[in-house]
Amino acid sequence: MIFSIVVTGAPYSSQASASALQFSRSVLKLGHSIHRVFFYADGVHSGSALASPPQDESNIPAEWSELARQHQLDLVVCIAAAVRRGILDENEARRYEKKGHNLAADFTLSGLGQLVEAGILSDRVVTFGA
Amino acid sequence: MRENKKSFLIINRKAPYGSSAARDALDVALTFSVFEQPLSLLFMDDAVLQLLPNHQANTIGQKNLSANLAMLEMYDIDQLYVCRQALSERGIRPDQISLNITLLDTHAIAALIKQQDQVLSF
Repeated sequence: MIFSIVVTGAPYSSQASASALQFSRSVLKLGHSIHRVFFYADGVHSGSALASPPQDESNIPAEWSELARQHQLDLVVCIAAAVRRGILDENEARRYEKKGHNLAADFTLSGLGQLVEAGILSDRVVTFGA
Repeated sequence: MRENKKSFLIINRKAPYGSSAARDALDVALTFSVFEQPLSLLFMDDAVLQLLPNHQANTIGQKNLSANLAMLEMYDIDQLYVCRQALSERGIRPDQISLNITLLDTHAIAALIKQQDQVLSF
């Protein structure tokens, strides 16, 4: 079965992103595929390369990056939700004349159309909210 | 693409202000309609407050959600369902809502969800 995952809760404030990670690992372990993981609303903070949790806590952005590399996952962060919350890639940092950019490796910024496309192409869309 | 049409249901559960959920859900709804996907919206719990007229969001420094709700009609999003129990629990009469809505009880809501290919919840 083809899954897509939507994460709308902020990492560390809500369990959404951590649960989505565990769910995604299980889905892949059972032989299903994940078409896309879409980070929306406060979920965009899962794509911050600057997250620096204590060592005895999981680094959620790093864990997504690692899972993406292992399984060629498409990690898409909603661009409109991201830029207003200060999650920028190099292009957006240039566009808004900001000094730095912080979108983590293996994530991309894109529009809500990617969520619609994921819904059309997937058998199941599972949302992890706040 | 294996199929190019799927039916979608967006479930709204949150109040119009206090979190970005209502606006996020509306943005998704408008995007689905641009892609011409069959779409229904369901308002449950505090989300029924989104449907009341005369929001004065500027007094709390927020953008008025009503303008976005009015756009639903322009985008041909006309399958608007509202939880009857959520309205009555909050003392809202259906005639206070100017949008063209269909009231559903909990059994009908279950049936509506079952009909859909995909469900997104906000």
